Amino acid sequence: MAKKKVVLAEGAESEVIIEKPESRLKSMWDALKKNKAALFGMFVIIFLIIIAIIGPYITPYDPYKNSMAEANQTPSAAHWFGTDTLGRDIFSRVIVGTRISLFVGIAAVAFSLVLGTIFGSIAGYFGGKIDAFIMRIMDIMLSIPSILLAVTLMAALGKGLDKAIIAIGVVSIPEYARIIRSSILSVKENDYVAAAKVLGNSDGRIIFHHILPNVLSSIVVRATLGISTAILDTAALGFLGLGVQPPIAEWGDMLGRVRSMVLVYPHMLIFPGLAITLAVLAFNLFGDGLRDALNPKSRS
Amino acid sequence: MEEREVLLEVQGLTKHFVVDRSFFGRPTSVLKAVDDVSFKIYKGEALGLVGESGCGKSTIGKMLVNLYTPTSGKIFYNGVELTSLNKKQRRQYCKDIQLIFQDPYSSLNPRMTIGDIIAEPLIVNKVVPKSEVENRVNYLLNCVGLANHQRNRYAHEFSGGQRQRVGIARALAVNPKLIVCDEPVSALDVSIQAQVLNLLDDLKDEFGLTYLFIAHGLNVVKHISDRVGVMYLGKIMEIAEKNELYQNPMNPYTRALLSAIPSVDVENKTERIILEGDVPTPINPPAGCRFCSRCFMKTEGCDKYESILKDQGNGHLVACKLYDND
Repeated sequence: MAKKKVVLAEGAESEVIIEKPESRLKSMWDALKKNKAALFGMFVIIFLIIIAIIGPYITPYDPYKNSMAEANQTPSAAHWFGTDTLGRDIFSRVIVGTRISLFVGIAAVAFSLVLGTIFGSIAGYFGGKIDAFIMRIMDIMLSIPSILLAVTLMAALGKGLDKAIIAIGVVSIPEYARIIRSSILSVKENDYVAAAKVLGNSDGRIIFHHILPNVLSSIVVRATLGISTAILDTAALGFLGLGVQPPIAEWGDMLGRVRSMVLVYPHMLIFPGLAITLAVLAFNLFGDGLRDALNPKSRS
Repeated sequence: MEEREVLLEVQGLTKHFVVDRSFFGRPTSVLKAVDDVSFKIYKGEALGLVGESGCGKSTIGKMLVNLYTPTSGKIFYNGVELTSLNKKQRRQYCKDIQLIFQDPYSSLNPRMTIGDIIAEPLIVNKVVPKSEVENRVNYLLNCVGLANHQRNRYAHEFSGGQRQRVGIARALAVNPKLIVCDEPVSALDVSIQAQVLNLLDDLKDEFGLTYLFIAHGLNVVKHISDRVGVMYLGKIMEIAEKNELYQNPMNPYTRALLSAIPSVDVENKTERIILEGDVPTPINPPAGCRFCSRCFMKTEGCDKYESILKDQGNGHLVACKLYDND
């Protein structure tokens, strides 16, 4: 509480009590703090990011050194997660793979989220012919099997991790566009959108200030789940010889290459699989909490 | 009657909604929400507009604030024809005509504090310099009876009446000349209704406003209006000075409406006129007079001939065959 001089009318001034404007970030942080699951997710994400940065310097073994004498070992004190078919230490490979997997997951989701939001917003807000045009293109993209579409895109773009990210991102645009569009269709019927129009706001301002903040919640959870799909899709592309090239360590790739040996050497799949699960779980819990923290209604 | 300055004039305003289209896009079914409506709003007055649900009164309000584009007809604001303007020119007049919404729950953005809600039109329309915005918001909050320490709260922390006050403050922010009140109190408790109506009345004098007050009951309109128009199925049936209309209703529909107002006066019990049947659909309105299918004073020819609004003296306009002398 702070006293403040306020002009009440032309010439008249008075002292009134102004409730201290709590900064929005602080009240969001306060809400997030109360959500233990979200806090856990956040700490795991921070942990993973740290691993991604310092990973290559803390591995107990060289993740790329083959050693046929030590191939196919189950977890032991020497090799915590065991070794793979080429005798490489899986623990080291999981740590080193964090950087690429995390980057691929986040970048691909961000790519499709941004473009999907743009297309979905335009289609949902303006409606009519633009809507029909955009959504038919999205339908066409959905009708092609996603991995086929990604492979085709890779064929056009060329090999490489950055191109793989774009290919995977493009493939999931229609999904985000659909979710955003349908949410916008319901949100834009609210009177506050009409009020914003009457008050002379531009279309862009209405979309960004009045509609999208109210649509976000529907997309946040979907986006966090999309990270796992992106990681696995990268693996699939790598498996086809596109995207991440061996011997580069990447969680999805580690899973995909040994998937026929799941019954013989389950540890080769379990540990990279656990890493993916942990990352997805963390993003999901954090996203869930973030959605609630962003909503003033559930905050108070 | 003395000559008064006309602030807004509507001529032949029509809004048709296409309900169904043929395969080739030709409209096969059209809902005539507002059909050839003309009226004037004088500067400084409050024109009440009543009618049952679906008679097109809100559609008129939305056309005035450019939420709907009229199918045909003209809107003159201060002599300027608004419907022929392009988008950019039209936007300049947006500020002058504002809207207060019926539903105080969906008319405020749940993600914005009420201070931000009121500040936004000030910033977007550059009503006051940036440094003045905060003071202006406080001033507007005080005007509508809210304390300015509440400005950092969100809409869901307020009651319906308070939310409606925020909506009023938001409309006032851009210094409008005409405010379309689209049933501003029908979503509120009766005790709060009076407060908000009195507030609107006070603001009218304070800001020199003109109101188009849309309501579905004559009792609410009676309190605030100077003149009252009665609508039925997209047409204005009668429009007159408030007292004239209440004491001397001419159109049978107006009489039926007036007789439906509950009365506490036991001595002078008015006889209630009970209309038969339902309102016909505006997709396929009856031929001739719109009201003829339910009119208790129907005469021969009512279903063939559609009467237009005619002045019966004293600015009392009626559309009814009973008063057509020719």
